[in-house]
Amino acid sequence: MTGSVPAQGDLDSASAAPLHPAAREVLLAALDRGYADPRRLHRAGREARLLLDNAREATAGALGVRADEVTFTPSGTHATHLGLLGLVRGARRGDLVVHSAVEHSAVRHAVEWSGRGEEVPVDKDGRVDPAEVRARAVRPEVAVVAVQSANHEVGTVQPVGRLDLPPDVPLFTDACASMGRLALPSGWAAAAGSAHKWGGPAGVGVLLVRTRARWRNPFPGDDRVDERSTGFENIPAVLAAAAALQAVVAQREEVNARHHDLVDVVRRRVAAEVPDVEVVGDPVRRLPHVVTFSCLYVDGEALVTELDRRGFGIASGSACTASTLTPSHVLEAMGVLTHGNVRLSLQRDATRADVDAFCDVLPDVVAEIRSRVGL
Amino acid sequence: MSSPHDGHAVALELDCTTLPCPMPVIELARHLGDVAAGELIAVVAMDAAAAVDVPAWCRMKGQEYVGADVTEDGRPRYVVRRLG
Repeated sequence: MTGSVPAQGDLDSASAAPLHPAAREVLLAALDRGYADPRRLHRAGREARLLLDNAREATAGALGVRADEVTFTPSGTHATHLGLLGLVRGARRGDLVVHSAVEHSAVRHAVEWSGRGEEVPVDKDGRVDPAEVRARAVRPEVAVVAVQSANHEVGTVQPVGRLDLPPDVPLFTDACASMGRLALPSGWAAAAGSAHKWGGPAGVGVLLVRTRARWRNPFPGDDRVDERSTGFENIPAVLAAAAALQAVVAQREEVNARHHDLVDVVRRRVAAEVPDVEVVGDPVRRLPHVVTFSCLYVDGEALVTELDRRGFGIASGSACTASTLTPSHVLEAMGVLTHGNVRLSLQRDATRADVDAFCDVLPDVVAEIRSRVGL
Repeated sequence: MSSPHDGHAVALELDCTTLPCPMPVIELARHLGDVAAGELIAVVAMDAAAAVDVPAWCRMKGQEYVGADVTEDGRPRYVVRRLG
């Protein structure tokens, strides 16, 4: 077996992180041990059930929740759909979902599918105001409020723990952008996470539903070990995801401090060395590993392509890089420049040399693209 | 010239109807010098990003974003006052 090779120049961990070394070993061992149906009472079934229960316990422990509040799903998106729509289905009143204007598209699609949604605007850093959320949430037609833990595009941490909602209006929190890296906020009735963002395998989502929450399955049920899940569990993957989560939580103090400083370097150097650039998102209360900026007069697709040619993988929220040809609704809601956008997110082992290498090439790349249009 | 906000008496209108992001903003920057300080310049664009990017450009470049209206045939138009 070869060790994991960090993808050099991959500055897009917010899209996906390479498999954590702690997950790789567990995954390989569990492929042989955890193949069976965990509902069966024979030896192989009991072994699979043991691994599934271990994964649930380890995940609960790493997140500081009860084991029976943890459900594994086939993706973070599915966990989001289940979590949000299950609260809507269980709602005591109304059918309206009040949500921040900067939620992930998984939340927006679920709201659209369920019926009625209403956006709460954000400030220039992309943050909702708890007073504005409350003012909308108190109305009788409101079923559920959805506010993310932190924004997936600009990194701004939301004031989830400070939301003051009526006792019969549950909160759904999409925690996919922060799970593992930051402690969960308080106050949610259901929450969602995604393993490939913390170094677990793809195809594993985590749905958290509080014991006392009114949650009803919005989709057809099943007869699995966990009544909230459907389909045959991918036990090797969930066990590997749990192992990666434990490792990430154990290492986060060191990794977060390093990432926070490296992102500060990027924020400072980009603002100083690239003319006509806007670095966005909260500079302090943010995800440690994410920074977003937009370059005036620059085509986002050209920027992604040219940086890739020089060995740097970044994401972009610009319209010309999206299949829909519409700009990022997050940048739009913040009222910041949407074209020429770069989202850089650090992988676990990122160093000062990595971010300096990126900052060294960026001014020339931007200048070259601007020169194509005579600017 | 007098240019009340309602009515938007623009000195120069740029037709960027067929241009994708970020060309409408680039055209705006290219032609800002074609109008005098205090005058209005407008850009007509179907590009969805222009609604955000024209005001953002004004903020970054110290110009005044006057507002959005529509052309006679209903295309979105974004109006800017040159300040300097």
